[in-house]
Order: sequence, then structure tokens, then C-alpha cells
Amino acid sequence: MHQSTPHHHADTLKSQVEDATGVIISHCYQCGKCTAGCPLHEEMDVMPNQILRMLQLELPGYEDKILSSLSIWLCLACDTCYSRCPQEVKLSQVMDFLRQESIRQDKVNPEAKDILKFHKAFLNSIQMNGKLHEVGLTIDYKLRTLNLIQDVKLVPSMMAKGKLAIFPHQVQNTKEIAKIFKRVNENKAP
Amino acid sequence: MSELPLNNQSLTPLSGAGGLRIGYYPGCSLEGSSKEYNDSLFAVAEKCNVRLEEIKDWSCCGASAAHNMNHDLAIALPARTLALAEKQGLTEIVVPCAACYSRISSSKLEISSNVATRQKMEKFIDLKLSVDVKILTVFEFLQKYIFPVVDEHIVNKLNQKAACYYGCLYSRPKELATLEQIENPMEMDEVMVKAGATPIDWAFKTECCGAGLSVSRTDIVAKLSGKILEDAADRGAESIVVACPMCHMNLDMRRPEIRKQLKKDINIPVLFITQALGLSMGIPADKLGLNKHYVPTEGVVNCIVKMEA
Repeated sequence: MHQSTPHHHADTLKSQVEDATGVIISHCYQCGKCTAGCPLHEEMDVMPNQILRMLQLELPGYEDKILSSLSIWLCLACDTCYSRCPQEVKLSQVMDFLRQESIRQDKVNPEAKDILKFHKAFLNSIQMNGKLHEVGLTIDYKLRTLNLIQDVKLVPSMMAKGKLAIFPHQVQNTKEIAKIFKRVNENKAP
Repeated sequence: MSELPLNNQSLTPLSGAGGLRIGYYPGCSLEGSSKEYNDSLFAVAEKCNVRLEEIKDWSCCGASAAHNMNHDLAIALPARTLALAEKQGLTEIVVPCAACYSRISSSKLEISSNVATRQKMEKFIDLKLSVDVKILTVFEFLQKYIFPVVDEHIVNKLNQKAACYYGCLYSRPKELATLEQIENPMEMDEVMVKAGATPIDWAFKTECCGAGLSVSRTDIVAKLSGKILEDAADRGAESIVVACPMCHMNLDMRRPEIRKQLKKDINIPVLFITQALGLSMGIPADKLGLNKHYVPTEGVVNCIVKMEA
């Protein structure tokens, strides 16, 4: 994994994908099984097999079209595509990379902003506590999206069922987790 | 009985009093919104004299958020837990949450297949990694440690048609899947047969419930989980059985949104596999956390028949 391919040119999105994931984009022969099996293709703006096709052809503007698509954020990483792919193209890993690149280049689709905010709130909760604090996550997400009413009616019943803890469960030394985040992020910076 | 581990030296100090000792990673959901999965797993293990020993100071696996946002973080967070398990002398850990199982196994695979990745992760987490801890799914745990002794503990027949719902992360990707048939797994069906239920043949065993979009795109979750629920209902299921907190939350707590989406009222309850097995062992419903669900579970309990001695 993560080995570079012998012949790629320049620093195109395609070559970045291949370097980061080890997937060889030309292996896809466009049978369309990934799209046929994808539970979310009805909601997507670019079909999974089309993303691979765009990476193959590298026509002008393809990078922006992919990185600003809603599809890369709707992908649930359920891996149905990969498990049915006759060429074993790990599309889910390609999607993981595309999401991260889309954040890096600030090209996240406006309709995907809430999904991204949820992920950010989630990681924030882990960074602070070492464990997910569901109440903290909910409040953080609400403040980020200003979606204040959604799911509020669930809170009393979840409390009553003992499913929500007001105070977070934490690891013994939360600084340890913060340090892992810091080291990972510093390593990422060029 | 030959499958029981007899060679584990680290067992000796703790195994004397309480039987077998297996490492345990609950994950965040089992401490919170899916506490009943934790409680029922412990109740079943206790009945079979198997001790679950929690990994001390475990942290979150990173879930979808980490692998969507930051590849290195997605490997580093589970790596910390693996290192702590090793430090504690655990050779096997059971991870009952499908998502945690997938993230921890994926991290282990990347670390053990690439020396550079391992060294990088050791730097990130500031701990040594040998990654030889074996990670068990709940099915593997039940097969290995509960099945050999379960028959003597089963006193009830669940006596109902059950739809065994596996979801994504036990069957995919193939590098991490431990199920024998990824499109039509039978491991959970086998547990339900033990519990005296009749597993149904249906089409949505391994379809996705919508998972991590539960909060940010509830509409999508209602659609996907709605299809799963509708097929189970059409085929006469009286219960749906799951082994994943996300699947449970989407099929149970999101039922009002699903009802709206389907424009019909489907009241099939959703049980964790360990709750179903626990009922067949005669463990009281409240000890198994059946009162913590949104869709009432009384129907399941009412179907139970006592087995004749």
C-alpha cells in the first residue's frame, strides 16, 4: 500500500490519489457495479463510476468537479462498491482521500457543510475527552449549524433511559490525546 | 472445548476466581446510547463464567469522523488502544461495536503490514506497538467462548421469526470481514437458532442503514433504514436482531422519521444479539436493558416459551 506508481506526470489529482491510496485508477473498466450497488447513488450528483472515469480521462476542470461534488461527502464508506468490484478498485479509500483533499483545498460542496460540521464536532469531542461525549457533540454540532431544534425532543427520553451522560467520560490524562492530535497535525503540515 | 485457549500465561493471576479472561473494548456507544448492548453482553458472559476485562484507559476509535477527515489520525487513535491492551497483557480483545471493530482492525492491518507506518504511529502515540493482539467480533466471541457451554444455560425458546441484520462493517471490506459469506452471512442466524428463534431469509442482511449520517442527514437514514425495515416486515419478521450500535440507533431511535418516510407504522422491535441470547438463557428483560429501547420490546418477550426440562 501507498507505493507510488511507476509512470505518472506532474501533481495531478489522479496521481495524488494513486500515491496516497495505492489504487491504480486505470484498473477500472467502467462496468458500473459500484454505482449499481451504492445505497446512496440516488442522492449523488456524480456517480461513483463517473468519479473514476473523470480521474481516468483527466479532462479540463475534472479536479474541481470531483472535489466540490456532494457525492464524496454522501459516501458512507459501506464498501459495497469495493466488495463487488471485479477489478478490486478500493473506491472507499479513494473517497477518503478525496474528502481530505476537498477540505485541504477548501472546495467542500455547500450542501455537505453540515456533514463536515458533524465530523468536526465529533473529532473535537474526542480531542477534548479522549472519548466521545454525546451531549457535548450534540451541543457543539448545534452551535456550528445553528440547527438548534433538531433532535432536542430526544434528549429527555435518552436521559430517562440512561443513554446520555451529562458529563463526559474521559481518559485518565486528556493531554495524551491532545498530544496525539497535535503530533498528527504537525506531521501533516508541509 | 478444544478451542478454549489453554496456553495463555497471563490468564493465571486473574482466571482462578472467575473463569476465562478476555480483553474488552466497549467503545463510546456502549458507555452511552447503547448501554444495553454492554449490559446484555456482560450478563451473557457472566452466566457462562467468562470474564471480560476492560482495556484500561481505552480511548475512542475515531469512528467515521477520523477516517473521513484525517487518515493518520484514523490509524493513530485505535493504535493507542491496541498498545494499551498489549501493555495490560491481553492477547485477545472482543470489540462488540461493528464500527469500532472495523476501525481498530483496519488500524492493526495498516500497522502490521508496513514497518514505516508502525514507526510513525509509535511516535504519534508515544507507546510501543507489537500489534499481535487478536481482535474478535461479537460473533467470534460467542462462537469461541459462549457456544461451547451455551446449551446447558438455554432455558427458553424465543419462538419467533427474526430478521438477522448484519449491516456493512462485519461483511466489508473483505480484508477485515470475518464472516464466511459476505453477501449472505449466517453467523448471527446460527446464534438465533440456538436461542430458539426462526431466522428469516431476506434481502437486506448487509445493506447500509445510513450509519454516521444519522444526525447530519437524518432524511437519508430514514430512507435507507426504511427499506431495511420494510423488507423485514414484508417477510414476516417479528424482531430484527443487530450487532452494531449505529444500526440499532438508526432502526430503533429513528423510527419516527422512518414511519414518516414509509408512511406506515411498522412496530417490529430491534434487539441486540446479546439481548436475544440472554432472553433464551432466562436472564430478566430489564437486566438485558430491553426497557431502554424506543420501539417497545414486549412482543418479543411475550413470544418466549419455557423449554421443558
